[in-house]
Amino acid sequence: MNAMFFNALLIAIREIRRNLTRSFLTVIGIVIGVAAVITMVTLGRGATESVKQQISKMGNNLLVLRPGQGWGSSGAPQFSMQDVDAIRDQIPGIASVAPFVSSNSSIVYQDRNRTFDVQGTTPNYFAIANWKVGTGRFFTEAEVTESAPVCVIGETIRKELFGAGVDPVGSKIRVKSLTLEVVGVTGAKGQGGFSDDLDDNVITPYTTVIHRLSGRQGGRNFNQVMISGEQGYPTANIVADVASLMRERRKITANQEDNFNVFDSQQLAEVISSSTKVMTSLLGWVAAVSLLVGGIGIMNIMLVSVTERTREIGIRLAIGARAREVLLQFLVEAVTLSCIGGVTGIALAYGLCSLGAEKVGAPFLFDPKINIIAFIFSAGIGILFGFMPARRAAGLNPIDALRHE
Amino acid sequence: MSAEKLIQLRGITKQYGTGDAAFLALCGVDLDIHRGEFVAIMGPSGSGKSTLMNLLGCLDTPTSGSYQFKGIAVEELNKDQRSLLRRHALGFIFQGFNLLARTSALENVELPLLYRGYSRKQRHEMAREALAQVSLSDKERNTPAELSGGQQQRVAIARAIVTKPDTLFADEPTGNLDSKTTVEIMELLRTLNADHGISIIMVTHEDEVAACARRIINVRDGVISSDTVNEHTKETP
Repeated sequence: MNAMFFNALLIAIREIRRNLTRSFLTVIGIVIGVAAVITMVTLGRGATESVKQQISKMGNNLLVLRPGQGWGSSGAPQFSMQDVDAIRDQIPGIASVAPFVSSNSSIVYQDRNRTFDVQGTTPNYFAIANWKVGTGRFFTEAEVTESAPVCVIGETIRKELFGAGVDPVGSKIRVKSLTLEVVGVTGAKGQGGFSDDLDDNVITPYTTVIHRLSGRQGGRNFNQVMISGEQGYPTANIVADVASLMRERRKITANQEDNFNVFDSQQLAEVISSSTKVMTSLLGWVAAVSLLVGGIGIMNIMLVSVTERTREIGIRLAIGARAREVLLQFLVEAVTLSCIGGVTGIALAYGLCSLGAEKVGAPFLFDPKINIIAFIFSAGIGILFGFMPARRAAGLNPIDALRHE
Repeated sequence: MSAEKLIQLRGITKQYGTGDAAFLALCGVDLDIHRGEFVAIMGPSGSGKSTLMNLLGCLDTPTSGSYQFKGIAVEELNKDQRSLLRRHALGFIFQGFNLLARTSALENVELPLLYRGYSRKQRHEMAREALAQVSLSDKERNTPAELSGGQQQRVAIARAIVTKPDTLFADEPTGNLDSKTTVEIMELLRTLNADHGISIIMVTHEDEVAACARRIINVRDGVISSDTVNEHTKETP
């Protein structure tokens, strides 16, 4: 039995070698099928993962309380410091709360000026929104208390106002009539979940904005309240608790609509990643079609060579080969070619994926499952169609196989 | 001539197709061939001579009748057993040579040895010896496309004799060859028969070729019409 297998291997390798074109075309069919499926699915998964990462850049379990319904505040009352304190003190599962006021202002540094969002908040905000120190430092609680004219700027602003490679810490920028000292630069985040630039901001103590920039608005100064939930605590509970607290504080009666909304970044992440999952499975189907086309290519090559191969089988039978020896030879041939094709396809997919991941900006996640599925499917086609014609031919009388036209 | 019986056919028939399309290619053939004979089977096309030859060579199975090869009842063997019989006792030469394309002469000759499980060294040795016997030692690396018709047929003969079979079946071995090459091939076959004691059963429609054999069997309409000993075997066809 071992000798028979060894023989079949020897003969199969001779046959592969003497029919290089046919062998090459078979292998190519498998390579393309395998590589296409793996590449598309892997890149799709990478894209899903990258969306998740981008959303987590916005903050840790971030919830945002805004006035009004939907995105616009449309005249609904804003939030006061008492609201912020109430949320922090009365709602379970909250890690940190920060008030947030933003004011669109023109910023000047030397001869350059541009309009940016100046954001007033407390040091808590840096942790909530997942900011890291790039250079310098963040401002402190003490600076908030004394309405200090300090600010932390984003990477985009550093580039646009100061130019590449310049350390802006200690420099002064002017916002309206107010001069702010740059105390730090935030670490770059890049693009957010909506292709918006997350590094385009100037962050100062909220007291500075309220007292020196936009003026008091009857105690309701904040157009957002940033809330981060404790790790593992369900954000849906926090959303519900914040909503009922705010209804109570804003004296909304049972038959009235909320005049605020709570945005949950985790819910958004789920929505976006489920839509990219749909894209991934769509790509997967496209790739499956290319796998099928590759398979049909293999079928064609095998069927075209049936005549020559049937005669070959006739010769082998005539000189005394048993049908099972011929079949084993064909099986070994088909398995060998399919495996070469499958392995090459996986290697090619690996190259394409790492290249594509770089281009798309998605992380490169190699998934063994899809590799195995693509490999088994295309190898299956290769083996099936390499083997079936041989099975038919080996069942013939040797003389009929020899005379096959 | 020794009396040891090699082949015994009794009442062999072969039918192709069924029903209205049925065609009886052989209708009751009785035939005895002894070890060491050189037999030519002749007849016009459609006479059944090739069918008879394929049955004798165990490449095809009869519809009815009994066939004993060296006392073995061939009709009782299954496909694999017939394969093994061909592997160990028979050699074949075809009109169309039936060599593997794009394969060197040496590898073509080695082919039957592969199935007999010889080592690489033994295979090379035996195949080279067989190629030397057909005077093709210098062509062992050439593929069929690089060889003339006569050379291809000699490679086929080397492949048939490399296993040292009892019996050689030749189906129109000179059918595709010119007259000069025909002489060479027939000389080779006669040497194998006379010097190596290999029984040869050959189908031909050429009288010149048949004249080399020592026994000439004529087949007509599926039966043996004549069976004569060729007293004046020609030295050259």
